[in-house]
Amino acid sequence: MSKKNRMSGNEAVANAIRQIDPDVIAAFPITPSTEIPQYISKFKADGLISTEFVTVESEHSAMSACIGASASGVRAMTATSSAGMALMYELLYVAASDRLPIVMAAVNRTLSGPININTEHSDSMGARDSGWIQIYSENAQEAYDNMLMAHRIAEHPDVMLPVMICQDGFITSHAIENILLEDDEAAAAFAGGYDPPHHLLDPESSVAVGPYSVSPYVMEMKVAQANAMIRARKVILDVAADFEKTFGRGYGLFEEYRMEGAELALLIMSSAAGTAKVAVDRLREKGVKAGLVKLRVFRPFPAAELAAALKGVRALAVMDRSEGFSANGGPLGAEVRMALYGKADGIKTINIVFGLGGRDARVEDFEALYGELAGLAGKPAADIPYFKHMGQRE
Amino acid sequence: MIEIRWHGRGGQGAKTAALLLADAAFETGLYVQGFPEYGPERMGAPITAYNRLDDAPIRVHSNIYEPDMVVVVDETLIGAVDVRGGLKPAGRIVVNSSRAAARVSEEFAGFEGEIYAVDAADISIRCLGKNLPNTPLLSVVARLSGIIGEQEFFKVMEGAFLEKFAAKPEVVEGNMNALREAWNGAVLVNGDRDE
Repeated sequence: MSKKNRMSGNEAVANAIRQIDPDVIAAFPITPSTEIPQYISKFKADGLISTEFVTVESEHSAMSACIGASASGVRAMTATSSAGMALMYELLYVAASDRLPIVMAAVNRTLSGPININTEHSDSMGARDSGWIQIYSENAQEAYDNMLMAHRIAEHPDVMLPVMICQDGFITSHAIENILLEDDEAAAAFAGGYDPPHHLLDPESSVAVGPYSVSPYVMEMKVAQANAMIRARKVILDVAADFEKTFGRGYGLFEEYRMEGAELALLIMSSAAGTAKVAVDRLREKGVKAGLVKLRVFRPFPAAELAAALKGVRALAVMDRSEGFSANGGPLGAEVRMALYGKADGIKTINIVFGLGGRDARVEDFEALYGELAGLAGKPAADIPYFKHMGQRE
Repeated sequence: MIEIRWHGRGGQGAKTAALLLADAAFETGLYVQGFPEYGPERMGAPITAYNRLDDAPIRVHSNIYEPDMVVVVDETLIGAVDVRGGLKPAGRIVVNSSRAAARVSEEFAGFEGEIYAVDAADISIRCLGKNLPNTPLLSVVARLSGIIGEQEFFKVMEGAFLEKFAAKPEVVEGNMNALREAWNGAVLVNGDRDE
């Protein structure tokens, strides 16, 4: 039985971790994810978890400890944000290429500069090519649910890749909201146990983890890793289907919100999707054919699925909460254009970079944006810029 | 939906009050949000905290720009911060003040809604031995919001305080006394109406 509760995104994720009771957690505090290791530390002191909690002197060491633990065949987790994730950068690639199913609670925060503690996706977007599965959460409930699913995805024999479960710093991590918490036993049973067939400390079945590889082998290993990311798509959906059967809340690679007959659409991630949904509701009441796609799984990127979902839309705004400094917009904008090109041509598309450093995005901002999209729908594509920024002072 | 905006200074507990109000509203079966707006965290710096309370799930995740109620935890913020910004014409203002009703009312000249003043500092000093105005203000806001009855509110808060102050249970009684004293402790300063 699920129970009604209210808590912040950080507390929700910490409770999922308590229920999963992983073997090892190694973490270093950084705002706004600090509360997660704080809760874990309290759970440990109270005897609620059997986790080995490793306090380290940096995030580089946190991920190194997770890699060592995971290679030895146990469940390893961490939590971080912003500069902490950046300090892990080298090890993120090591974890993924060593095929270690580590799970990270990522609380999105702006990367410097200027130094800022509020939300932005520049931290996890910077790690988008590191080989980690990335799942984004709109609210505390989704952060909790995604965390309960994370290990089953990461540890699936077809996948064996690390997973980061992302939520927006402060907006989700520090806001108290209603949430349904599952029973400890049911949550633990869903997450299951981890008993890998091979690991570093098994004398019966020895393997090498992270050795030097010469050119004749590197490409094969990278292709195997890439194929695992491709297979992860199905595993993510299978785990979500089992989650829905068990707990009643359904998830896909993305959520289509009021997309039936939608002519104007936003593609957006995380907490701002909730605010934009309110704008969609208001516009639908006025007869505007507005819809929204909320991307949940950024890695693996569901290109074909998005092209199919967006086919028929007249104008689309792809919302990036990070500035990629590509001079052509943000990372999500680039990937969505790739997904649509040749598969769903003719959609008048603009990439909007918004919400940087926690800049607030209001319902009215999204309503106005749909108004702009209505204008773009009638324009020649050549007259539409690749991208623009929204919400900054001039 | 009821939207409430709290204006305080770092260290006065505006964020804690917003989170406790969310707790109280949750216990009555409402959907809630309680969240702070973080800037540089310093004692004394102006901070804002927010509540949304509704009987339907709340999806909006922006700050609150057109609140139904504004709570001024520190009256020295009036003038320094636009505490009235966007407040609905029929909204309410709750001010922590020891000044005469007329003086408080003057600060918000032209405002058509109700303005309440409570000497939260005085209640806090008498009940807790120090100036933590958030607890008395929380009680006033809970009453004015109309979401919860007196006894249920005290019961929920006692549970919340016992959890929050597990390491120093001796402060629970003082906080409860501050809540009880403040429940009917606010004065309507701009007219003879009452809610």
